[in-house]
Amino acid sequence: MKAGKFKDILITSLIKVCGYSAIIFVGMIFVFLIKEGSPALIRVPLENFLQLRWYPIEDRFGLLPLIGGSLIVTLGAAIFSIPLGIVSAVYIAEVAPRWAREILKPLVEVLGGLPSVMLGFIGILVIVPALRQALNLPTGLTAFTGALILGGMAIPTIVSVAEDALDAVPKTYREAALAMGATRWQTIWKVTLPAAKSGVLTAVMLGVGRAIGETMTVMMVTGNAAVFPTGFGAIFKPVRTMTATIAAEMGEVASGSTHYHVLFLIGIILFLISLTVNLIAASVVFRQRKRTERILS
Amino acid sequence: MTAGNNFSTTVESRVLPSFSRRRKWIQRIGFTGLTLATLVTVTPILLIVIHIFSNGLPAISWEFLFEFPRDGMRSGGIFPAIVGTFWLTLGTAAFSVPLGIGAAIYLSEYATENRWTRAIRIAIINLAGIPSIVYGLFGLGLFVIFLRMGTSILAGSLTLAIMTLPVIISTTEEALRAVPNSFRVVSISLGGTRWQTIRRVVLPQALPGILTGVVLGLERAAGETAPILFTVAAFYLARLPSSIFDATMALPYHLFVISTQVPGMPIQIQYGTAVVLLTFVLLMNITATVIRSWARARRQW
Amino acid sequence: MNAFNSDLNEPSPVPMEVKPRALNASMEIVLTDPKIIVEHLSISYSDGTESLKDIYLAIPKNAITVLFGPAGGGKSTLLRTINRLNDLADVVKVQGHVWLDGVDILSPEIDVIKLRRKVGIVFARPVVLPLTIRQNLTYGLELAGQKDRTIHADAVERSLKAAAIWDEVKDRLDEPAVSLSGGQQQRICLARSLVLEPEVILLDEPTSGLDPISTGKVEASLQTLKENYTIVLVPHSVQQAARVADYAAFFLGGELIEYTIGKQIFTNPLDSRTEDYVEGRFG
Repeated sequence: MKAGKFKDILITSLIKVCGYSAIIFVGMIFVFLIKEGSPALIRVPLENFLQLRWYPIEDRFGLLPLIGGSLIVTLGAAIFSIPLGIVSAVYIAEVAPRWAREILKPLVEVLGGLPSVMLGFIGILVIVPALRQALNLPTGLTAFTGALILGGMAIPTIVSVAEDALDAVPKTYREAALAMGATRWQTIWKVTLPAAKSGVLTAVMLGVGRAIGETMTVMMVTGNAAVFPTGFGAIFKPVRTMTATIAAEMGEVASGSTHYHVLFLIGIILFLISLTVNLIAASVVFRQRKRTERILS
Repeated sequence: MTAGNNFSTTVESRVLPSFSRRRKWIQRIGFTGLTLATLVTVTPILLIVIHIFSNGLPAISWEFLFEFPRDGMRSGGIFPAIVGTFWLTLGTAAFSVPLGIGAAIYLSEYATENRWTRAIRIAIINLAGIPSIVYGLFGLGLFVIFLRMGTSILAGSLTLAIMTLPVIISTTEEALRAVPNSFRVVSISLGGTRWQTIRRVVLPQALPGILTGVVLGLERAAGETAPILFTVAAFYLARLPSSIFDATMALPYHLFVISTQVPGMPIQIQYGTAVVLLTFVLLMNITATVIRSWARARRQW
Repeated sequence: MNAFNSDLNEPSPVPMEVKPRALNASMEIVLTDPKIIVEHLSISYSDGTESLKDIYLAIPKNAITVLFGPAGGGKSTLLRTINRLNDLADVVKVQGHVWLDGVDILSPEIDVIKLRRKVGIVFARPVVLPLTIRQNLTYGLELAGQKDRTIHADAVERSLKAAAIWDEVKDRLDEPAVSLSGGQQQRICLARSLVLEPEVILLDEPTSGLDPISTGKVEASLQTLKENYTIVLVPHSVQQAARVADYAAFFLGGELIEYTIGKQIFTNPLDSRTEDYVEGRFG
């Protein structure tokens, strides 16, 4: 009996440690990014970061072209992945017959599981040459190419989260609307979708958040020119994102050099962006979940 | 159209048959539009898979799968990359599975809804959202440099494990919560401790759901490149890794290398590598789907 | 003043003036040697609702004590306090004592595991574990670390017989328990609570989902069981309460309104609220 109790206490504390591990890891990630990234702020004057040139060999660490590159690619990805994602979620959740659902859901899941290098690989071999020919560009390695593939990668996240949100809308809402003579089409747009609004918003944020952080694909297909994108035509020119910069340059810098610390600083920026996006998404999720869990009675 | 007349009553539609017919047309056109848009979303997935298989399958041979690269990787096989990805996936599982299941058990069975539990949930959501390249930086800073593991399977596995953790925790928690509460109450009422209840009733019932989550999490880890760039991946190695402290080649990184870093790379080898990686990932995906539907079919509650 | 009324503060569970009304012989057992004494028990939930208000109640051995009244009256809460299952719910405040054989089971030092082995419970919906019939029955023994196969077999047979279901399942003990009908499952649950040889059996609307025939079988086995056990039952209807009660306590809004021998409460209740409820005017 005594031994049993001891075992119980041991297991309980082990499980508790596991439970808190997520907090520990987030904290550790932040600490190590700060530890390796903050020296950059001391060694490099602030105005250096605000210039338009990223040229580490000459100690020019202008972050604006990289931030601009990330923004333009992400924005481009958002523009078509959000409508397509939401529409697909609506179709799967509200319109599709059962058999189509059973095919579509795993298919979207497959897209979510495709490695990003694989999509970059397809991008290089198929999309890049096709785009160059179709639009008569000097190179197919453009922000647009990156946005196209990133949008595709954001879609599974948007679809699955939005579909969950639509599924969670009580059946009675739809029945009430239909009983009042609304068509299914009207019910979807006037009742179901508005009711699932916050969940769909979460889906969009998580999807776009994924696009900002994507690395390998953009590194492979956006051409990696650290030029600040200006004007409408910039979408069809090469850009370089923050993620691709880290991935491409970290392997070649000396640990402890200024360049090395600046790359970690970019990591901090990315971390803070994802933190913001996810905190907002989380607050939506928590507001929705009003669980009154009384196990008994 | 204002919101008011959207919900026309049946009386109204009897009075205005043309209006009702128009609404039906709108719905028909709308549904067709939705179907088309969904097709636009999913056909590329099929096309990608078909494209890779049709171009890459001819490159697959015994030699390609089980031999080392030759001539600066321009011929020969990709055996070390396959082995490396296998070990990395296994290493990731070794750390993330116990930790993730433990965390999920804590959240589902022990934790009460308070500030700390909320903090844990927010931390998990954040872990899931952190860009993979940032995990790479973290792994470099903590495991490779600070803990002096060097670029090694150990450092890479640990980095991938932390990245995989949120997937495993959230799917496992969902599976645990799906087990009816009445089972727990019955077990407790028969003199079971909390842990006995978890181990004898809750875990066995949630097992298929947990397995699905683990496989999907590992699928993601197996395909990732950015987190292993600075923690474990090697451009080319003449030998297989002999311990967890060695660097290794890995399939996704190898695909990256041969499609961007090596000039004059034969296209078949590139597609062949893509096929192997895709098969690896699809197999895991199918495994997860099969476990899920099998469990759903034989579930007794 | 009613018999066993909840507002009584005297240490003795029964006020003297009630004695003339309780002329039943078994009433003396309550006075001299009750199995369970609930003393000034108040329970409130974390959402601020109070589920039980200052309950005072003595439950006799070898009899069926029925706790009845409209939903939300606190019957189930009281039932689940007797084997500390309320520990799992978000109960924030518990005041008072529950004495079982002279031991305060609400005391923090009590071994709840041992308590739950001594006090079995059967729930409203039959909950068989997703195991075979035999594994369902031996589950409690396994938890207690009992591995002896012959002890298992004996316990299974004894408890299945006591729950009047042995003949129906003796040839299919290794089939999944879910393959049984609802009525059979509920008797399996009853048998499962008997395996550990408890002294008290708590039943929370055990027949609410069952057809009349199954209900009759469960009630009949309770009549046999009461010879060896202390039975506390929350019935699913007044009719059932009247059928099986040796003693009956009427709960309303968390208060104990009236507690006396079964025959009396259903034929000649003292409190007008009890009368209204028994005669079906509310609830």
